[in-house]
Amino acid sequence: MVEQTPPAEGRGPDAGSLIRYREDEPVDHGAVTVDAFLAQTNASAVRVEPGDDVRELLPHLERLALIEVNFPAFGDGRGYSSARILREAGYDGELRAVGDVLVDQVAYMRRCGFDAFDPDAPLDEDDLQAALARWPEVYQSAADSRTPIWNLRN
Amino acid sequence: MYRYDQYDQQMVDARVEEFRDQARRRLEGKLTEDQFKPLRLMNGLYLQLHAYMLRVAVPYGTLNSLQIRALADIAEKYDRGYGHFTTRQNIQYNWIKLEDVADILADLAKVEMHAIQTSGNCIRNISSDHFAGAAADEVTDPRPYAELLRQWSSFHPEFSYLPRKFKIAVIASDTDRAAMRLHDIGIQIVERDGALGAAFYVGGGMGRTPMVAPCINPFVPLDQLITYAEACLRVYNRHGRRDNKYKARIKILVHEMGAEEYTRQVEEEFAHLLEQGVEPPFAELERIRTFFADPPFDAGADVALDRSDPDFALWVDRNTVAHKADGYVSAVISLKPVGGIPGDATAEQMRLMGDLAKEYSFDELRVMHTQNIVLPHVRKADLHAVWTALDGAGLGSPNLDTVEDIIACPGLDYCSLANARSIPVAQRISERFAANGKTAELGQLKVKISGCINACGHHHAGHIGILGVDRKGVENYQLSLGGSEAEDVSLAKITGPGFDEAGIVDAVETAADVYLRERQDGERFLDTYRRIGMTPFKEALYG
Repeated sequence: MVEQTPPAEGRGPDAGSLIRYREDEPVDHGAVTVDAFLAQTNASAVRVEPGDDVRELLPHLERLALIEVNFPAFGDGRGYSSARILREAGYDGELRAVGDVLVDQVAYMRRCGFDAFDPDAPLDEDDLQAALARWPEVYQSAADSRTPIWNLRN
Repeated sequence: MYRYDQYDQQMVDARVEEFRDQARRRLEGKLTEDQFKPLRLMNGLYLQLHAYMLRVAVPYGTLNSLQIRALADIAEKYDRGYGHFTTRQNIQYNWIKLEDVADILADLAKVEMHAIQTSGNCIRNISSDHFAGAAADEVTDPRPYAELLRQWSSFHPEFSYLPRKFKIAVIASDTDRAAMRLHDIGIQIVERDGALGAAFYVGGGMGRTPMVAPCINPFVPLDQLITYAEACLRVYNRHGRRDNKYKARIKILVHEMGAEEYTRQVEEEFAHLLEQGVEPPFAELERIRTFFADPPFDAGADVALDRSDPDFALWVDRNTVAHKADGYVSAVISLKPVGGIPGDATAEQMRLMGDLAKEYSFDELRVMHTQNIVLPHVRKADLHAVWTALDGAGLGSPNLDTVEDIIACPGLDYCSLANARSIPVAQRISERFAANGKTAELGQLKVKISGCINACGHHHAGHIGILGVDRKGVENYQLSLGGSEAEDVSLAKITGPGFDEAGIVDAVETAADVYLRERQDGERFLDTYRRIGMTPFKEALYG
């Protein structure tokens, strides 16, 4: 049940420190704020700040291809709930963690449904691989497809 | 008691390697101290005044002899030969070197122990009733639910960067021995129409703004327990304050939002999460329950007791508690010798307690939130042998729940947050009452001392509470009266101006004397205070 580590081509060639675990092409335009997104009809990329209520986006998921969730400080964990809520609502576009994203947070972020990362400071590739390969199993359900230990046991 | 299977073991082993790697990256400069701090805290590693302190989890306070021997070995190998049992049923070591920590965690993992989430802004070790499985008044053993919550909360991907720390306690009787309503979530397993469910109390806590948790749901079905907890946490993670760490605990959210609105949001989230299917299979709860089945009690255990030795009889009266099985008691090992440091035990004492547990208590010990140890299932016929061994090791103090049985935080002797020392005040108080001989007459009198407003010494919940503050560079101690952590929970009120170190010991004795003068038949200190109020105490203290 160990998740696949990212393919070598996972990093988009033009995307700087962008790490993606998706096959599709990255959205080629910038994300707008939640307020701006709700006020216009054509944006397909939005950036969620920690204080935003992502449930406001739920009626519009169909037209969203990229949702960035900003972590201004890695200790502010609201973005984990935002991500899981979006995935629980069926969002299957790109969910990208941006900002103060550190290697020790990435495994939890993956479990909450993030499939792309654009950290302020680049992540060490070896450390990233090690962090993602660390956990043989998981205890609880989240937004990923991993089977919790309690289902493996029973 | 619960035993790891290969999955639990893998997870703990992975954590050891993760921490080893994190420590390496810190030492190589790949992690700044600011980045490393929350990572080491989630492994229970604090930087204190003199050294690193490592806090090891004792889930719901339950240990076996192998485990306490491993704790003893760690104390000798990596520390100064002793450990300190805490108010959250854990143990901490005060003189640890960073480079040893991964090896300590590896030693712990060999005996199915860890330091996971014993600190940091995450869900902490789950605490429970120290008499679980032995108490006659419980509707069921609360520990299977605590274990299920332990698994659910371990490495929880959504709730590892909460606004602030998060403490959960689980009990299963109307008598509260775990300060349940002073936790972020207190759960009481209750019975209704023959079925068990969980009453949720949310938003309690001590600290600088003490609050008693309101009940937000009196009966959550057991097959929805984890989903409900998840809903409680999600509302907190999304809406708890992050602008001010002193207002970041869930009690402030529940208070500011109002319990009704918080409950409404939890119920909404709960309904949503029920559709997501996050609940463990009920078979898992049943699997866990099998580990907590009653040990094979001796049905013919002698109910009589030879009380001819008066010292032994005193210890039996003070330190043993009725058991659900005939011929058995729960025996409390006091870690409060007169003049000692509350909660400290040497490696040799730990080994002795382990030996006694193995021989006389079905290989089980419990850590109490009052910083004592319990042998939960001792035959009355074995009590004299147990007491003799304890007494010979300085562990036979007959002072459970008396004025000598003081809860104290480490205070300024160790802690970087403290404003004042706690330990010496506890030592002077127990010495005073041992010398004046009033301990027995005072009966139940819970004294709790904190060295700063974070209230790790539970002073808000003391029948007599003491808070150390810094007043213009001098340690000063505020006295408060009337708190309780039990089912009659209440928060203590400050008497008036504080005292210096000598003065606070006098003040405690003065308050105790007011009780002795005013009490009516059968009243505890707390009952008398509640009946007569603060005024007579104030007059005696400041008049």
